[in-house]
Amino acid sequence: MSRRIALRPLARILEARQKGENPDEIERENLARRHEQARDKMRQRAESRLLMLAICFFAAFLTVGAKMTMLAGSDPEEPHISVAGSSVLGARADIVDRQGRVLATNLVTNALYVQPRDLIDPEAAAAGLAEIFPDLDEDWLIRRFTSGSTFAWLRGSISPEQQQRVHDLGEPGLLFGPRDMRLYPNGALAAHVLGGARFGEQAVNSAEILGVAGVEAYFDTELRDPARGAEPLQLSLDLTVQSAVEEVLAGGMTLMNAAGAAAVLMDVNTGEVISLASLPDFDPNARPRPLLEGDQSESPLFNRAVQGVYELGSTFKIFPVAQALDLGLVTPQTMINTQGPLRMAGFAISDYDDYGPSNSVTDVIVYSSNIGTARIAEMIGTERQQSFLGELGLMEPTSIEMIESRAGRPLYPHRWTDLSTATISYGHGISVSPLHLAAAYSTIVNGGTRIEPTLLRRDSPQEGERIISEEVSAQAAHMLRQVVTDGTASMGEVAGYEVGGKTGSADKPNPEGGYYVDRLISTFASVFPANDPQYVLIVTLDEPSVMMLGEERRTAGWTAVPVAAEIIRRVAPLLGMPPQDVDPEVAYQLTSASE
Amino acid sequence: MRGLVTFLAALAVIALGYWAYHQNIQTQTAIRQIDRLQMAIGVERERLSVLRAEWAYLNRPDRLRELVDLNFDRLGLLPMGPEQFAHLDELVWRPEDRPEPMDTEAGDEILFSASEPEDTP
Repeated sequence: MSRRIALRPLARILEARQKGENPDEIERENLARRHEQARDKMRQRAESRLLMLAICFFAAFLTVGAKMTMLAGSDPEEPHISVAGSSVLGARADIVDRQGRVLATNLVTNALYVQPRDLIDPEAAAAGLAEIFPDLDEDWLIRRFTSGSTFAWLRGSISPEQQQRVHDLGEPGLLFGPRDMRLYPNGALAAHVLGGARFGEQAVNSAEILGVAGVEAYFDTELRDPARGAEPLQLSLDLTVQSAVEEVLAGGMTLMNAAGAAAVLMDVNTGEVISLASLPDFDPNARPRPLLEGDQSESPLFNRAVQGVYELGSTFKIFPVAQALDLGLVTPQTMINTQGPLRMAGFAISDYDDYGPSNSVTDVIVYSSNIGTARIAEMIGTERQQSFLGELGLMEPTSIEMIESRAGRPLYPHRWTDLSTATISYGHGISVSPLHLAAAYSTIVNGGTRIEPTLLRRDSPQEGERIISEEVSAQAAHMLRQVVTDGTASMGEVAGYEVGGKTGSADKPNPEGGYYVDRLISTFASVFPANDPQYVLIVTLDEPSVMMLGEERRTAGWTAVPVAAEIIRRVAPLLGMPPQDVDPEVAYQLTSASE
Repeated sequence: MRGLVTFLAALAVIALGYWAYHQNIQTQTAIRQIDRLQMAIGVERERLSVLRAEWAYLNRPDRLRELVDLNFDRLGLLPMGPEQFAHLDELVWRPEDRPEPMDTEAGDEILFSASEPEDTP
């Protein structure tokens, strides 16, 4: 800092006064000098500030410029600040059984495609491929490779071994695209429930998987929903039980020389279908083509338990009886006139055997009297019968979660005459699927509340609309029990499980009109244990015929009943049901495995 | 005094700038690591799904049934039946394994789904 100069330095003023000069001149001069000094200082400061500012601006523009150069020179990239918390999975969700065992899953394989332009030696490639895939024709491949096309799919999905062998051919024109393949590890097990899947739109890097039948088709959108993540679709089926049911049913079908068979096992309180089998079946991994001609119901793809509607015969008798009990028209002990034949509208209703002039309501069920049931139906009347069957869900397709359910539409007469009322009371003139019957039986024996069959696992009872009272439900279950102990289903007894049930044998309708004489649909609708109903099992055999005791037997008591009994014996322990009060020494003399 | 304040402020700016830059770099590293891990998880998940499919395939009931038949001599496995349920007091215990008596009443359902032991004394 420069030394401050006084404006009027005494020495100079005195000197100026002596010389007669004006001392104010000195002051002005000094003042001007002082101003000059201040101006110089301020300019200096301003200059240094300007410099500073210039440096700042230069740095800022340099930064912006550098950033712009970097952006221009680098690959475009989405700004990426945070990472998504939940992962989105593109794969189709798995399907598992009620205990989480895999029923359907995906496997990553490769699809094989060719770009013929890049083939070095098309003929050698064709020969090599024909050797690896025996079903590919070498000449066809050569034509394909030389036709001038630029791209062709060869195989949808190949195994790792095949991929390695194709790779070893060393052809740059043979390329692989990753593929998710739908795999049903259990083969034909529960094939009709699962349905199957196929590839939809295909691109090189991926392909859609579309469900074509069964739950795969019904839940197609849900299974493909990426937001679902890894959460599988849990069905009510039990893999072990399903396997046992199919094994026994297949054995029974062979033994009884039947053309087909179906079984439905249902929990009476939740309506869950624990097992649903239809034979013959197929492998969903290699789903056969639908029949192009002939009767679709003979195709293995046809689901007899859901799509097939049959006249299920005497199994229906419990419905009018339960209704009459609920309406208070009869008690189990009321005597019903069973004197035959019963003539009605030029049609004679007769019984399989003569059961005497009158029987109690219980015995009408136990001995399966058509006449007795028709008389009870007469008391109920057409309108009430129709509405009751409707309440049981027997007049419209089931709501089960399979696309085939709509095909299982019950058939019943448009003009519901008094004769229809009589015949429908014992299961003739109305056709329903075995699944319908299972749901209706569940409704009857579970205490009387409506059951809708479901394939999804649920943990609580359905608690549907009340159809019959609890008391009537217990009476009906008791009657069904007596059919096994005293009536037509004596072969259905399984020690420890109190099986109850009702047989039904109905002539098959001839497509050319009328009924076949020697072709039956034999059904056993069973419930176990009858003293505390837990499960309903329906077994239906198509055209069974077996030689027993020197005679050809077709009726349910000889065919469907023993098969159902064996199924119950096998699956009840698997369902965790201990046998009730049995003396093992007596009950298992013949069957015990540990002897 | 003013000079010192300016100097400290400049120092603070430099330090904060360094800190922010450092955080930025760290975040980017972490994001890259997460990407790598998620890729790895994807690969592992794929492997897991293959293994699960293989496990389900090897445990398919048809195959187990065949294996049971093949090894019947050694294992003697039969389908589970009602006779394999037993009350606790029906079991034959080896002397050293006998548990202390429990407070059970006659009607209690204590069940084991096991067949009778073969080495009954």
